[in-house]
Amino acid sequence: MLQTEGLKKSFLLHTQDGVRLDVLRGVNLEARAGECLALHGPSGSGKSSLMRCLYGNYRAESGRILVRHDGREVDIAAAAPREILAVRRTTMGYVSQFLRAVPRVPALDIVAAPLRSAGVAAADARARAGAMLERLNIPSRLWPLAPATFSGGEQQRVNVARGLLADFPILLLDEPTSALDARNREVVAAMIREKAEAGCAVVGIFHDAEVRDAVADRLFEMKAGKVGA
Amino acid sequence: MSAAAESPLLRVRGLARHYGAIVGCRAVSFDLWPGEVLGVVGESGSGKSTLLNCLSGRLGLTVGTVEFDMRGRGLTDLAALSEAERRMLMRTDWGFVFQSPREGLRMNVSAGANIGERLMAVGARHYGAIRAEAADWLEKVEFDLARIDHMPETFSGGMQQRVQIARTLVTRPRLVFMDEPTGGLDVSVQARLLDLVRALVEELRLAAIVVTHDLAVARLITHRLMVMRGGAVVETGLTDQLLDDPHHPYTQLLVSSVLQP
Repeated sequence: MLQTEGLKKSFLLHTQDGVRLDVLRGVNLEARAGECLALHGPSGSGKSSLMRCLYGNYRAESGRILVRHDGREVDIAAAAPREILAVRRTTMGYVSQFLRAVPRVPALDIVAAPLRSAGVAAADARARAGAMLERLNIPSRLWPLAPATFSGGEQQRVNVARGLLADFPILLLDEPTSALDARNREVVAAMIREKAEAGCAVVGIFHDAEVRDAVADRLFEMKAGKVGA
Repeated sequence: MSAAAESPLLRVRGLARHYGAIVGCRAVSFDLWPGEVLGVVGESGSGKSTLLNCLSGRLGLTVGTVEFDMRGRGLTDLAALSEAERRMLMRTDWGFVFQSPREGLRMNVSAGANIGERLMAVGARHYGAIRAEAADWLEKVEFDLARIDHMPETFSGGMQQRVQIARTLVTRPRLVFMDEPTGGLDVSVQARLLDLVRALVEELRLAAIVVTHDLAVARLITHRLMVMRGGAVVETGLTDQLLDDPHHPYTQLLVSSVLQP
């Protein structure tokens, strides 16, 4: 479903004396449908950068990022912006570490938004969003409120609900349980397993060993400064 | 590739506008596709507004071409259109949302009439139908219907901007130009209005070109960005790419200079 070949990424910081940081030096990764692959390595080994490259958020310097989209192969590293947007709309979901949302928009609408963009009717999208929030133990009295005042754990669950609601064939998860208590970690872990078992290719960063053991089928090892497998 | 059959809505090649010896903008080329929102960012004086005015036909080009996908005609060079055709385009397929609602609204007629007027300009004549459609659009932009017959003078800036957006969108344009659409508003009003714009653009599959100097606004409502400096485009790409992984020194400076409250 998702494959990288010789993926390289570095940052050239013009505003900081032109410092150059090499974060990915030729990554070859493959994530198959129906499996959960955990990126594993110390802080600074480039896990999040790799995730962001896969999603097209960071621009790869060289190499390929191949994604099955709409019956064909798209190279995220070379695709036009609108192709990447199309991939994100229907093929590849991404759960970032922190919720980023338009201020003053109700939690329920934030969660329903990806379904709305995929063309699902408002009432249906809201109903499915509500069911998701319910499962993640967000009480319904919070649904009409904007998440800015929610606790860190609640915000993260809103973010996870939003990311897991649509049925994407590929899911990228950047620390989806970092701010959650044990009960909610279990709920999220169960949801991730369900996604993989339903045929989704899941790539994730899970610092919590318990969660990682519970969800990952395979580890992809990354070392600081030198990445490959 | 399925996308290849589709044509861009707007095609711009080598556009430049000089003011005498001074360069307003130069060497601008891009394609805009249906449903895409393109943001143009850069500091004041970078040529953003000149570009927007050139694209929308409010300002002549010094060199270059701007082609629009006209209904039934395909991509058509705007310079070849007659004045009447251009005016018709402005009233139907194009919309313009100004930073100041005063520029886009008629201040001495009611909110309802401001919207009805644009409908009448494209041939609507039935009063009841026009009023119903105006009310429908005011509802879409979350405007209090009890005030449909009031003059814009009596509205707050945010309300005026809602009416301007409703007036612009009522003819279901395919391309909307926006110049700092939330620039003059309180932050309390900005967020809701931006979310509204984002939702409407998505629902109607509008293409839009939004000029803003506010990177947070750009992140919320645009898909792609063009960064301008000194009249030239220095970097383009997906909005989140440019903001999270800027390459050009000027874009890096711009992004790293934003205050994070």
